[in-house]
Amino acid sequence: MSENTNLKESILRTSGVNPKKCMKCGKCSGTCPAFDEMEYHPHQFVAMVEKGNIEPLLNSKSLYYCLTCFACVERCPRSVEPAKLVEAVRLEVIRQQNQNHLTANDIPAKLDSEIPQQALVSAFRKYAK
Amino acid sequence: MEVNELQKIGVFVCWCGSNIAGTVDVAKVAETLKNEPGVVFSTDYQYMCSEAGQLIIKNAIKDNGLTGIVVCSCSPRMHEATFRKTAEAAGLNPYMVEIANVREQCSWIHKDMEEGTEKAIILGRSAVAKLNLNTPLIAGENPVTKRALVIGGGIAGIQTALDIADAGFEVDIVEKKQTIGGKMAQLDKTFPTLDCAACILTPKMVDASANDKITLYTYSEVDNVSGFVGNFTVDIRKKARYINTDVCTGCGACTEKCPSRKTPNEFNMGLDTRSAIFIPFAQAIPNIPSIDKNACLHFKTGKCGICQKTCGVNAIDFEQEDEIVTREYGAIVAATGFNPIKVDKFDEFQYSQSPDVVTSLELERIMNAAGPTKGKLVRPSDHKHPTDMVFIQCVGSRGESCREKGYCSKICCMYTAKHAMLIRDKYPDVNVHVFYIDVRTPGKNFDEFYRRAVEEYGVDYIKGMVGKVSTRSNGRLLVQGSDLLANEQLLLETDMVVLATAIEPDESVKDLATMLTASIDTNNFLTEAHAKLRPVESPTAGVFLSGVCQGPKDIPETVAQAGAAASKVIGLLCKDKLIANPCVAKSEELLCSGCSVCANVCPYGAITYEEKEVNDHGVRETRRLAQVNSAVCQGCGACTVACPSGAMDLQGFSTRQIMAEVDAICK
Repeated sequence: MSENTNLKESILRTSGVNPKKCMKCGKCSGTCPAFDEMEYHPHQFVAMVEKGNIEPLLNSKSLYYCLTCFACVERCPRSVEPAKLVEAVRLEVIRQQNQNHLTANDIPAKLDSEIPQQALVSAFRKYAK
Repeated sequence: MEVNELQKIGVFVCWCGSNIAGTVDVAKVAETLKNEPGVVFSTDYQYMCSEAGQLIIKNAIKDNGLTGIVVCSCSPRMHEATFRKTAEAAGLNPYMVEIANVREQCSWIHKDMEEGTEKAIILGRSAVAKLNLNTPLIAGENPVTKRALVIGGGIAGIQTALDIADAGFEVDIVEKKQTIGGKMAQLDKTFPTLDCAACILTPKMVDASANDKITLYTYSEVDNVSGFVGNFTVDIRKKARYINTDVCTGCGACTEKCPSRKTPNEFNMGLDTRSAIFIPFAQAIPNIPSIDKNACLHFKTGKCGICQKTCGVNAIDFEQEDEIVTREYGAIVAATGFNPIKVDKFDEFQYSQSPDVVTSLELERIMNAAGPTKGKLVRPSDHKHPTDMVFIQCVGSRGESCREKGYCSKICCMYTAKHAMLIRDKYPDVNVHVFYIDVRTPGKNFDEFYRRAVEEYGVDYIKGMVGKVSTRSNGRLLVQGSDLLANEQLLLETDMVVLATAIEPDESVKDLATMLTASIDTNNFLTEAHAKLRPVESPTAGVFLSGVCQGPKDIPETVAQAGAAASKVIGLLCKDKLIANPCVAKSEELLCSGCSVCANVCPYGAITYEEKEVNDHGVRETRRLAQVNSAVCQGCGACTVACPSGAMDLQGFSTRQIMAEVDAICK
């Protein structure tokens, strides 16, 4: 429970979203272009984070189907901004320790002139800790 | 501390059951205050406001020859009037009563008995200090002009005026449009009984017009309001119709012959066009046309004048100008109504892109037999019969972004159920879907009405909101929305989309509120004097509220509120004189420098200047001095703070009295 509470607080802090403002109108899911690919839909993200039921979201591929098109952010009548919440859950997964698919030492070997500069900067920032 | 040797003060500490006695040691408060200067009597009692409590006060006044009393009790808003009457009955001047609020400002906000008691003593001491400097005040009287003004000629204004007239008082209606009737005149049917709006409204319009106590000022606006309760003076601007209303017979020949016919018809929500000289609708009252200067060829080019040639009674007058009429009133009722919000910011619903996306008020006109389609339900784009319709609820209501209103518009759930039901009844081949967030139908026979739409008429209610509407190549609309209960995203192809648009107060209310010194809330609804106990009075005396200008409401509620506002007006107009508040500002002549600062800050226009001869310590000279009209002054005290020479003082709340209170608190 306490771990879930910490997780929820962390997600709310990084996203700046207040899920209590949601009036459950469903406009986010009504507007979402990736709705059909998602196991958990935008309105469910909001409800599940609010309930602290975050584990299933962390393990769901739904996280990566969100296009961050911000249609839900634009149209939400309560300014809940679900896409920011999805992004925060995604960051929660990426930031977990010992989940790295790479180490900092692996990076130089993988360098390629095709890789965008920005991706390299991000990779070093993440793995150089 | 200043002590008036002649003052004999009694202190009465109320327990208010356990409300005060629970956190304040009332006996100790009474005992301690006995030692305050001027206090000759002090006691406590369970309920001071009760008959027995008031008797204690009366007896103490008589037995001890008290010159003033301090009651340590609840807020003066609750019982100041009670204790003033008690004191008056015992022969005291009612303004020799001071209330120390030891409930709302003390016992209710403290948990600790010691702290609560200490603060109660301080509050009591401060009231005693003030009372030591009180002087008896005599309230003046003002006459009442026995005539009422109703601003707005919709159902709210009409009903208010009819009820006031029924009690025998003269009443004027000022309506800014060409006809009375308001929004209700535009509606097709009314929920929950489905009677035709015109059938129940037009008899009331006729009544208002035929009633010899009611004067209609249509196509007129309020330009200026001055004065105060019982004595308002109002300038009404009668806008030029370019028609001599005394001779016009309303035959309508001019409207038929007018060659300028391309102006969007406001009455039909711009779904068709009207001529430049026009009568809004067949049952308009008065049934007199007016010329739209911006559309009229005569005004634009100097040519034409066909209406003038057509008119058999020579009623067209292109030279006519606005006329200002000044009238006196005892009471004013605001009944300025509402408008649907503009939905052009909701791009996701394609309102500005597709003619087949309409607002609910536009649908009312489409469904109405006198509307642009003669009541036939057709798609506006190609006039074909629709087979599918989607209604979207809460468009612009209950949101918090800048394009939305934060409140629930209250009427949309019911009118959408009405539209859906009427369409299914008349055209059973049309599939009707309603996207809703919540269905809110409190009201007599309201929820039953909504259930009938679902159960008997087969309207498809979908719990969810529409995310976007797009136009397909086949000319139909594609609605993408969520069905939350099925956890699905729906794609519905439809012919028409109807937006249940939020309502907002009419724009004119902002200027009007300033003129009336009535307050409006953040949504521009006029504020009532008390949300529960004084719902039809504005905080400004003599100004009353009727209809949606106070908050969203349907027709039954509007009519009920209109009657309530009328009864308050009648109660006021019945009086021959009004007791004035004696706690008004007064200027000390010898200190006044005539600088005008007080007149500039006075929100009520109560201060004027006059040249007056004064004798300043033997020097006789004529000076420019501030004069307070005590009938207009509301005792707000703004002038006393602004006056740089300390000449202005508020009777009953003088600077000396307030400083004495502060000193007593800081002692």
